[in-house]
Amino acid sequence: MRNDLNALLAGLHNHEARSIARAISLVENDHEAAEVILASLDQHHITSSQVLGITGSPGVGKSTLTSTLVRHFRGQGKRVGIVAVDPSSSITGGALLGDRVRMMGHALDPDVVVRSMATRGRLGGLCAAAGAAVRIMAASGCSPVIIETVGVGQSEMDIIRLADLTLMVLAPGMGDEIQAMKAGILEVADLLVVNKTDCLGAETLTMDLEAALRGKKNPWQSRVYKTVATTGQGIDELAIAIDELDAIYRSSGEHDRRRHSSLELETVDWAVELLKPRLLKELQEKIYAAEPRQAARKLLARLCPSITDT
Amino acid sequence: MHKHNSPFRVLIGKPGLDGHDRGAKFIARALRDDGFEVIYTGIRRTPEEIAAAAIQEDVSAIGLSSLSGAHLRLFPAVVEALRAAGVTDIAVLGGGVIPEEDIRQLKEAGIDEVFTPGTPLEVILEAFRSACRQQRKTHQP
Repeated sequence: MRNDLNALLAGLHNHEARSIARAISLVENDHEAAEVILASLDQHHITSSQVLGITGSPGVGKSTLTSTLVRHFRGQGKRVGIVAVDPSSSITGGALLGDRVRMMGHALDPDVVVRSMATRGRLGGLCAAAGAAVRIMAASGCSPVIIETVGVGQSEMDIIRLADLTLMVLAPGMGDEIQAMKAGILEVADLLVVNKTDCLGAETLTMDLEAALRGKKNPWQSRVYKTVATTGQGIDELAIAIDELDAIYRSSGEHDRRRHSSLELETVDWAVELLKPRLLKELQEKIYAAEPRQAARKLLARLCPSITDT
Repeated sequence: MHKHNSPFRVLIGKPGLDGHDRGAKFIARALRDDGFEVIYTGIRRTPEEIAAAAIQEDVSAIGLSSLSGAHLRLFPAVVEALRAAGVTDIAVLGGGVIPEEDIRQLKEAGIDEVFTPGTPLEVILEAFRSACRQQRKTHQP
């Protein structure tokens, strides 16, 4: 067992595909080796890497855009990581992870590391798992690491907070700009992308969005980037915008602020993950109260007396 | 800790030029509904692409579908691509329009199970479960 772990750590150090994949699984499954694996990672690479979030409704072209951006980054000689998150069924726990269909063009490129991840119906824990996958990829020399996720639901939005900067992708034909103006959609975006601009309605959507964004104080926030991910149109411009904004964030302190808050988020997530089995075990052994809030407070008072005063 | 409760991960892919993906998608959905995490790679993949994706995704088993008659060449090629990458512990299962007389040859080439038309779904699901359990048993650092 010890030897296997050492072999895994050695493989990880050498950026071997299998070791990277195994390491992500072990951490995602909260195996006892997770902590050793995470502690062994190259912190320098993690600090210097660029973490991009790509989000948007199903069908707007996130995976295709990701794949096209990856081609652009590979052209610059960068090693790229992708964590593609898709939902798990809340009924069976199963998931169909299909983001790879659009990314198979990179399948034989050893410098494109792709990992599909299911939400596994976790409220917490997902940020911990996705954050760890990002870290493992970054430590293996991937920069950027792209987190791709459907932009619905709180846990998906939380994952996006792991990113240094986030692209929100929209496409014509999926509702008017009022949909996009709903709370939480435009707010998380650092860069707005209208994809499928070769389709009917793209011009109207772009103008509506630009009108909605008028008055934003930062110039990049009032601009809409237009792409056709399938042909690569607009990708160079978008990639330049990403690097420019990344540089602005790094020099203004925004980058460090986000990294700090994402570390906090991951830490809280891990704490909840680690606490959950203890809580459940305790609950099976003893009934604290019939009322859940009261029961929860008493449970915490027993397990962690130092943090509860009543 | 709760490593044994985590879902099994499998990959479903179609090697070769045959575009008839109804069967592959049916199996992918059935596995999803049985609680598997299924990575679907789509049609027209090379055996090497499927093997590389399976390694990156750290799946326990690969399900291949072929309806074109090219299974004798394509299924073993996936096993070979895995072996070339030093991987011998990912199970490879195959299904499609496969004549009885080809099954032995496929098994000799390292395909763990072969499913022909009419195989009950539960038999297929159990084969995936069993392959995943087996891999998990032998594969814990």
